[in-house]
Amino acid sequence: MMAETITIKGHGGDDIEAYFARPTDGDRRPGVVVLHHMPGFDREMHEIARTFGVRGYAAVMPNLHHRYAPGAKPGDAAAAMREAGGVPDEQCLGDVQGAIDFLMARPESNGKVGVIGYCSGGRQSLLVACNLAVDAAVDCYGGHSDLAWAPDLRCPLLGLFGTEDAAPSPADVVALEEALQASGKTYEFHSYDGAGHAFFSVDRPAYRLEAAKDGWKRIWAFYGQHLKDA
Amino acid sequence: MCTYVTNTATVAGSGYGGDDWFAVDRAVVYFDHPQDAPLDHALCIDLRGAGARVAVELDAASARRLAETILATLDHDEVRPLL
Repeated sequence: MMAETITIKGHGGDDIEAYFARPTDGDRRPGVVVLHHMPGFDREMHEIARTFGVRGYAAVMPNLHHRYAPGAKPGDAAAAMREAGGVPDEQCLGDVQGAIDFLMARPESNGKVGVIGYCSGGRQSLLVACNLAVDAAVDCYGGHSDLAWAPDLRCPLLGLFGTEDAAPSPADVVALEEALQASGKTYEFHSYDGAGHAFFSVDRPAYRLEAAKDGWKRIWAFYGQHLKDA
Repeated sequence: MCTYVTNTATVAGSGYGGDDWFAVDRAVVYFDHPQDAPLDHALCIDLRGAGARVAVELDAASARRLAETILATLDHDEVRPLL
């Protein structure tokens, strides 16, 4: 497995920083776009991107905060993004499309790409799944999602949530589920008792071992079903 | 949860960035996931000037004590006449 920081084309043709982790055996394999959490393109998220590489995926994580402070530390870039008012959805979609294009052009690509996001990235993962051509999407506790997006979902969706989260709250999760059902969409939701927001975050008090371990199993099964070659 | 809530105040003064002082002109305040503090959420303050910032991440109770202490200091009998 090899991991490195690279430059890809993002929204508007801008050069943005990205982290790319993949096996080096030359086999054809699916791609995964990893969307980082609100604190940014940090060490913890790099570790998650490498986990996908270890599990046999070509994973690219675009730095959605790059434009706000090129070359800055993750915390400084996140602070600059915060002051600027956040990442616009259109810009996020452009950056993710650039990451998808990068993965699909890779010699190891099997022609399939998934997306996964955590925290604010969970919301962005759902946004991507409703607007771009991806084969499977995972939303890890993304709050503030727009239920009006549901009819536009373009791929199977895996949602992983904590019942002690406030955004998305259990009621928010039920509302999203009902919106997806009403549109006849394919989805799989799991909500963990005793877990709240950010239960995958090993460096934070919110980390919940049992929820995280089961969540990773769900991710591998879901991506195995929808992204691997038949 | 991510709050997406950010408030900005215009300020005037200086901040100390470790190497030297620099002029600050705004304070960006938000309550969300911290970068470093061992908390799920923190009251974050970035005092910002040209290309530099002083940042703190405080638990909610600390942030309230700080705000109350600032106001108590400004309202002190010896301080008020100077304002």
